Amino acid sequence: MSETLSNDTIVGRGARDGADLFRNWFGELSDAAETGRPSAYVFVMGSLNEILKSFDFPVVFPEINSLQTAVRRISGEYLTEAEDYGYSPDICGYVKADVAVQLRGGKHPMGTIPKPSMAVLTNACNTYIKWAEIWERMYNIPIVTIDVPGTRGKKAARAQNDSHFENDRKYVLAQLKELISVCEKVSGKKFDIDRFRETLKYANDMSRAWKEILLCNESRPSVFNALTDGTIFLGVANGFRGTREGSCYFKELAEEMRYKVREGIGTLTEEKYRLAFVGVPCYPIFRKFNEYFSLWGGSFVHSTYLWFASGGTNLGFEYDLENPLESLAEGLLVSVRDAMDSMFHQDQALLQMMETYAIEGVVYHPIKSCRTVSTGLADGRKHLLAERDVATLFLESDMMDKRVVSEAQMKNRIDAFFEGLASRRTIAAAQL
Amino acid sequence: MTFIEHCHGQTLDEILYLCREFSEDPAYPTVKKWREAGGKVVGHFQVYFPEEIVHAAGMLPVKVTGAQLEGMGAESHFGSYLCSVIKTSLELSMSKNLELDMFVSHPICDAARNLAAIWGRNFSYKSQILYLPQNPNSNHSIEYLCNEYDRLKQDIESVAGRKVSEDDLRRSIAVYNESRGWMKELYDIKRESPWQIDAEDAYALVAMAGFLPREEHNTLMRIVLPLIHDRSRYAQDKMRVVFEGGFCEQPPIDLIQTIGRSCYLVDDDLLIGLRYILDDVPVTGDPLLQLATAYIKNSSYSPVQHDLRKPKEKMLLQRFRNARADAVILAAAKMCEPGLEEQVAYSKALDEHNIPYFISEFEENQNTFDHISIQLETFVENLIFQ
Repeated sequence: MSETLSNDTIVGRGARDGADLFRNWFGELSDAAETGRPSAYVFVMGSLNEILKSFDFPVVFPEINSLQTAVRRISGEYLTEAEDYGYSPDICGYVKADVAVQLRGGKHPMGTIPKPSMAVLTNACNTYIKWAEIWERMYNIPIVTIDVPGTRGKKAARAQNDSHFENDRKYVLAQLKELISVCEKVSGKKFDIDRFRETLKYANDMSRAWKEILLCNESRPSVFNALTDGTIFLGVANGFRGTREGSCYFKELAEEMRYKVREGIGTLTEEKYRLAFVGVPCYPIFRKFNEYFSLWGGSFVHSTYLWFASGGTNLGFEYDLENPLESLAEGLLVSVRDAMDSMFHQDQALLQMMETYAIEGVVYHPIKSCRTVSTGLADGRKHLLAERDVATLFLESDMMDKRVVSEAQMKNRIDAFFEGLASRRTIAAAQL
Repeated sequence: MTFIEHCHGQTLDEILYLCREFSEDPAYPTVKKWREAGGKVVGHFQVYFPEEIVHAAGMLPVKVTGAQLEGMGAESHFGSYLCSVIKTSLELSMSKNLELDMFVSHPICDAARNLAAIWGRNFSYKSQILYLPQNPNSNHSIEYLCNEYDRLKQDIESVAGRKVSEDDLRRSIAVYNESRGWMKELYDIKRESPWQIDAEDAYALVAMAGFLPREEHNTLMRIVLPLIHDRSRYAQDKMRVVFEGGFCEQPPIDLIQTIGRSCYLVDDDLLIGLRYILDDVPVTGDPLLQLATAYIKNSSYSPVQHDLRKPKEKMLLQRFRNARADAVILAAAKMCEPGLEEQVAYSKALDEHNIPYFISEFEENQNTFDHISIQLETFVENLIFQ
């Protein structure tokens, strides 16, 4: 597509097209629910869309379904239904919203979610495993858990080409082959290596573009909001990975971002403070949460969420189409491992992004629902502060459960955070 | 003085009292003695860990299971919505109650999988994650795990400052095989003649294996088990119950004692990691391969291990039947996600089979038990008068 487009046609295109793709996606899922077409349930960290799409499975991301209920402010009724069924208030809200969707026969605000014919998950999150066990019990379907061994010690302490990495890669490859056998049984189709290559090629387009898009926010002003725009981009990155639509969308999105960089078009009228976000967004007050920051001129230029919730696609790993399966094994290992590092070693991830993105403040948002992301944040913050003189804010709430989102207290603390940022600037200016 | 030396000349009741005291002592005096004598210590978080590899390197494996602690500096390293054992385990090390030379955690749950990174930021010694397979149904899981154990062995060797030979490993496997035999015998007593040992004493005996050198624990069991068999105690008219939910965070001994007052605790998953491998591991062939095979093919179950061959609710039903129990206590530590999630599946399965159960949450730091005692007694009375 030409880069001579005007502001009217190109600026905001990603958000508009993303919404369209989402509607189409949920339309396809509703059709699958109606016709009984076999579908696969997957998760964002290691979805293996590349394989599943080569079998033409409609792919369901229950994490995305669940967050949609929160963004639409109706998660409460879903959570309550699952709690009435027996689930504790202290477990992941995503799981509970999905349980309620299943108990309602797939009824969801965006359409009807088909029942799973199989589920694919990685060990990147333990809740994935417990969650899939629920479907296993409900539907007696094949559950394929792919072990993707993560970083063992300190991040990047081991080289990618050492013997331990090779052992891990071999194990992942063997499991992918076993997954393909299950896909063949469930879909009734033979594995088509050329079709698979095609999905890898589309995934490569997406990874290349995603890496480039993230780097576009190095520019000042930032060209997309990592929290709000970023969530839309992530939805497409996950749901449409390995598809022609996904490839086109991301190429065009990269074009839009390049355009905005060139023209100096930012997300705010005046970007005063460049912030990083650590954790999972506060979906029950999604827009308002961001406004608490944008009203002060604070803009989220990056987040660890953009890394781990894209399954590590941020690395831009590109598959070798000559060795497709071997390369997928390596890519899955490298990318999912990076996604895990972005959570467990988030202090190092932040140090990495702080310089390049000129970040002035870091907002931590640990949530009750997700211990994978949240457990290490307080400790990581201590260590970040030992390394860098940076303003930080630590806000605990939830990604699903409005009952643990205290808006007044949250706003108070955000206001104080910005007052602190302003003081830091005044003091720094006085010392010059 | 070793623990066994403490026991010399003591009666059975006195030895069991010492076990309760030592197993709840957050100062780990026996581990301190080991270190003072120049020994090195590898701490491993719940649930299962192949201690044989550490043992073969001449180091002391210690199961890190949290503790009843107050005034915790570790609190500031965590947020609010977490189980206690995660916080108190870090506190044990930060307060130098439990000093380590290496720490290994496992991705057993979403919180615990963060521990290796947290340890790595706070301590200078090696800390790492051992990735036990969550896909044991793969035909390649044993080969992978064998390689993973070999990787772990290399890291352990670098801490120990010596190589671990296959014969070293075989000798350690033999020591642990003996231990497995004693554990099984103890649980046979619990099942067949539960009046011979109080629930809290049986628990404390197992817990001692978490930090004593295993040879010493074997000696302890060799002394104690015959004495337990020979006790003159009479069976009481108590309900036989299975306790499920103690795979990671441990309930306080007082809570176990409270249960024991109303019921016979005939089987449980308390400290299941110490009893995870069900039978002897062969001392022939490649020892790491034998350990890996035992984990994949001949192990118990817990909510934190996914295995298509071992649906947890079916395993619980099997445990219930094998123990000829009358009811189940379905417990979960507060904020323990896997435990709380499994409670739902367990309760539905028990409902389906008309098996009575009692649901409860606990915390290692809780110190009042009146409430649960009354609830449990009511539960038992309801069943008796039904």
